[in-house]
Amino acid sequence: MSQSATAEHVPTAAREQMKIPGLGPWAWARSNLFGNWWSTAITLALGYLILRAVFGLVEWGLFNAIWSVPYSATGVPDTGVCQEAKGIGACWAVIADKYRLILFGRYPYDEQWRPAIVVLLFIGLYAVSAMRRFWRKDLILIWIGVLTVIGVLMYGGVFGLPLVTEDFWGGLPLTLILATFGLAFAFPLAVLVALGRRSTGLPAVKMLCVLYVELIRGVPLIAFLFMASVMFPLFMPEGVNVNKLLRAQIAFILFSAAYLAEVVRGGLQSLPKGQGEAADALGLNYWQKTGFIILPQALRLVIPPLVNTFIGSFKDTSLVLIIGLFDLLTMGKVALSDPPWQSFSTEVYIFLALIYIAFCFAMSKYSRSLERDLNRSRLR
Amino acid sequence: MQGAGFQGPPAIVLDKVNKWYGAMHVLRDVTLTVAEKERVVVCGPSGSGKSTMIRCINRLETHQEGRIVVDGTELTDDIRALDTIRREVGMVFQSFNLFPHLTILENCTLAPIWVRKMPKAEAEALAMSYLERVKIPEQARKYPGQLSGGQQQRVAIARALCMKPKIMLFDEPTSALDPEMIKEVLDTMIGLADTGMTMVCVTHEMGFARQVAHRVVFMDRGEIVESGAPGELFENPRTDRLKLFLSQILRGH
Repeated sequence: MSQSATAEHVPTAAREQMKIPGLGPWAWARSNLFGNWWSTAITLALGYLILRAVFGLVEWGLFNAIWSVPYSATGVPDTGVCQEAKGIGACWAVIADKYRLILFGRYPYDEQWRPAIVVLLFIGLYAVSAMRRFWRKDLILIWIGVLTVIGVLMYGGVFGLPLVTEDFWGGLPLTLILATFGLAFAFPLAVLVALGRRSTGLPAVKMLCVLYVELIRGVPLIAFLFMASVMFPLFMPEGVNVNKLLRAQIAFILFSAAYLAEVVRGGLQSLPKGQGEAADALGLNYWQKTGFIILPQALRLVIPPLVNTFIGSFKDTSLVLIIGLFDLLTMGKVALSDPPWQSFSTEVYIFLALIYIAFCFAMSKYSRSLERDLNRSRLR
Repeated sequence: MQGAGFQGPPAIVLDKVNKWYGAMHVLRDVTLTVAEKERVVVCGPSGSGKSTMIRCINRLETHQEGRIVVDGTELTDDIRALDTIRREVGMVFQSFNLFPHLTILENCTLAPIWVRKMPKAEAEALAMSYLERVKIPEQARKYPGQLSGGQQQRVAIARALCMKPKIMLFDEPTSALDPEMIKEVLDTMIGLADTGMTMVCVTHEMGFARQVAHRVVFMDRGEIVESGAPGELFENPRTDRLKLFLSQILRGH
């Protein structure tokens, strides 16, 4: 009684505040999850299913999991324990046994520290490029430098490093090479194609760009890789041998660029016409106008679809399997072809998925923060 | 069409200029000479071709027939002639068209640095002096989105002036502004007029026209219908079209 009496003396503003739903998680849950008997029932049913799934997964993946298996004298793993636990607990022993094969492919075992460093270099390169205070001209030099070091480390043949030809490259470094070189070259190409497609003064260039985009978008990546790998050598003069990885890389660049070009074109189109006119009126030439005014604004508008395409391209690298390159996903398959481990594909694919998720999630997380940062300066 | 007693070497010559958008004839035999240091106000109903005409002067639009000579250079497809002309002709737009991703100062220094090849420090000093003249030096480090419409348009004027143009074109500079901001922009333009700048201004601000224009040009349906000193033109319109236009303008205000 005294409580309701005090409530009546609360100033109006404060009372309004008390009524606002969504103050604290409990108030939110009460109004959104348990608002009436119907939503309460759904909440309970779904909650039960979710909890069961989570507990099941944790039980399978952690509590009942088998982390190692005994090996016979000849080094063959005895997977009996895992076979018994099948369906009850995960057999992570397969990862413990095969992770180096999956990550580094058929790269000579004793030299695998080299691809390991390469992976770290790639991650370091991404991290540095992601920081806006490094967005200077020097960043291009850093890229050229690091990519050269990566090439030397992988290929060897100098500084006392044994030569390892690209036939032995595989796993994560190969995936990162395809994706990084691919997007690093595809992106500038895409910008040029998008600009070309919008050019009014050069009809031939415009036609060429339209043709390029439409032709490549009309063909599946697999077919394109296949052409690059099987048909391309037929057209080359005898004795000229462009290696398989390079051919796949070029096919991948051309393919990604066509898609990226359309994304960039979308950004160019959504810019108000007045921006280009103002730059023209100030006497800026075409490249100054494009570089200082048009692209900085257009690209910032298309960060979400751009990153979307980047993520798609990153995962598309796994299609090089079709022409016999051993990327990360393919190495998972290879690892599973070992007889003792044949039935543990779930564990291997979860491991692979986690690696892909780590990279893709980092990209999408970064794109969101970039969008926020870049828009802050113009909207505040 | 040489106007109301203003003499001097010609800065802009339009000679029988014609332009079509597809089948639509938007400029019909437009002939106009603007002398150096002359200030011309162009008015007319919407769709009369006045914006198109002013945009032809720095070739944001191309004309199909006739001759346009700006500061002694004829406008052709020759890109070098175009560069020369755009360097000497500043333009202010209805929708400001400031670059939203650059600060006010960067907006003003970009063209002097890259087109005039001015050292950065010098360009910044110049920009600050013009920002002071349009009375917003304290906003130099902000972005356009943080400024009011009137302030943005004043920055746009300063940005054009930083190129030290011989001629300034204004394409309805106050039409997109809230009423209370129109005066600050007009005052800036009046201040600019006092410096002896050659100006061509598309506007409906009749008070401004009376105060600064040497000559008012009235356009309708793609042609110049009347031109003369502002007082004479507004008090004694000779054509029905101008009478109608003036009555509509006065009713609107």
